[in-house]
Amino acid sequence: MPIAIFGSLEAGALYALMALGVYLSFRILDFPDLTVDGSFVTGGAVAAIMIVNGFNPFIATIAAIIAGFLAGCFTGLLHTKGKINALLSGILMMIALYSINLRIMGKSNISMLSEETVITKLTEFWKGLKIDDAIQGGLSAIGISGFVPKTWAILFLMVILAFIVKAGMDWFLKTELGLALRATGDNETMVRSFSVDTDFYKIFGLGLSNALVAFSGALVAQYNGFSDVGMGIGMIVIGLASVIIGEAIFGAKNIIRATAAVIGGAILYRIIVTMALRVEFLETGDMKLITALIVICALVLPKVIDRQKEKQRKRKRLKAMKQAESEGRGQNLAAVKSDL
Amino acid sequence: MLQLNQIYKVFNEGTPDEKVAINHINLHMAPGDFVTVIGSNGAGKSTVMSVISGKLSPDLGSVNIDGKNLTEMSEHKRSSFIGRVFQDPMAGTAPSMTIEENLAIAYSRVKNRGFGLGVNRKRRDFFKEKLESLHLGLENRLQAKVGLLSGGERQALSLLMATFTEPKILLLDEHTAALDPSRAELVTQLTKEIVSQYGLTTLMVTHNMQQALELGNRLIMMDKGQIIFEADQEAKQELTVEKLLNEFQRIRGEKMNNDRAVLI
Repeated sequence: MPIAIFGSLEAGALYALMALGVYLSFRILDFPDLTVDGSFVTGGAVAAIMIVNGFNPFIATIAAIIAGFLAGCFTGLLHTKGKINALLSGILMMIALYSINLRIMGKSNISMLSEETVITKLTEFWKGLKIDDAIQGGLSAIGISGFVPKTWAILFLMVILAFIVKAGMDWFLKTELGLALRATGDNETMVRSFSVDTDFYKIFGLGLSNALVAFSGALVAQYNGFSDVGMGIGMIVIGLASVIIGEAIFGAKNIIRATAAVIGGAILYRIIVTMALRVEFLETGDMKLITALIVICALVLPKVIDRQKEKQRKRKRLKAMKQAESEGRGQNLAAVKSDL
Repeated sequence: MLQLNQIYKVFNEGTPDEKVAINHINLHMAPGDFVTVIGSNGAGKSTVMSVISGKLSPDLGSVNIDGKNLTEMSEHKRSSFIGRVFQDPMAGTAPSMTIEENLAIAYSRVKNRGFGLGVNRKRRDFFKEKLESLHLGLENRLQAKVGLLSGGERQALSLLMATFTEPKILLLDEHTAALDPSRAELVTQLTKEIVSQYGLTTLMVTHNMQQALELGNRLIMMDKGQIIFEADQEAKQELTVEKLLNEFQRIRGEKMNNDRAVLI
């Protein structure tokens, strides 16, 4: 069990980049971008084919990011210049990418198990730091010895990476360009009256978003040791789930808080799925159903809780009023009012 | 400063709903002119605004600002020197962003946006100083989200954002119509102050005849896509609401059919 949870933490950190990308399109640009299902695989496919062909895995990953950026830009072009509805332009791009991804890979599955990847390189680098031994020593000192993951490298480095990307995003969204991007999603009429080319910002924003998604796809493929043409199915829902869970639990008062919440949401989502899959009668195939249920809960529960609170508040007020009435009016009522 | 030459715009051409929104309009504004535009619904006032701002492209005619023909220039490019305040208080600001972020977006209109921070200390001081001129206490709420402001506060902020970069042309499209009378009065006063402070060339559409008479140095009345009455500085001083209504009746041979215009 602890090993399974550990695995889900690692995966969560990898998928956090994808969730940040979805946050950028879904929340900042207010654009439900289904391209994600395709561009995630594009990231994995580009990285895999380059790695298998002997490129440096870091260069392969950068190429994957660029490919994702282009895919996002194309969705933006369809929407802004082609005047195609937001959802539809994402769907069109998604199915177009399915074929493109197959072309990139040449077959539906590429294995990288025997290749040098970013993940193996990072793990080696981490071994040189000897931090694993220190942690292991610390754990056995406090009496936890049954639970020994192979390495802490991926978890630590990927969480750090996610937070570096988050910090970069926080900074970018505060620059002049970033403010214009946010305002484009917030009030298009307004920014256009302040010389912002909203078409450009939408294209650019979707590009950035899908660059992050492809980045995540490239890392996930290398982490799993293979790239598969079907690995992006339902990715947008996972991204939305991470964003929504994160915001519901950690809050989204401002951008800095919201981006942190999205990373938390991505990790939490993986943990919930892992736990759910351990339930006796559920199978791996039920994963998508579980995802859908999680998203529904994350959307509905906060509202139910709010309504309950509201009811309670009203009941309390009614009670206070009645009490005030029975004790005679005047100062009591005033006291109640000032309480409110 | 602003020149409209023979502007013609028709909607739904070739269908039973065909409507000539603007019928060969000419308008010349000198630098510093403040023209108020009145007219009933469907007179073409807002369409004129849209043609100037670039939201709509005229079927015929040309728009010139500062001697340059911008008829084909895109809306966002034009807006670096055209300030706009809309009727809807929601339209002029980004509600989920803070007051200072909104001001920063407005501040960047005249330059190329780059990777510099939108709000830095120097700008924050500048924004504070500008907000103080509104007398609404907004200078103490720089970090508040604009969505939390009341309609009047938002409209005052929109006005400030539209003007503090000193655009060549300011377009006010019934910007006080959605506010209660006291707030509308406040925004009207602010408009007066700001326009005279920067000497902005302004075109203001209004349904409120009193306001149209109170503000500006010229007045035009529109009906059915045409300018049917024009008053220059001298003539405008003589005008009253009564005279305006009579004028309309004399020209059109019918009563002005706008309840709002008649009531106020």
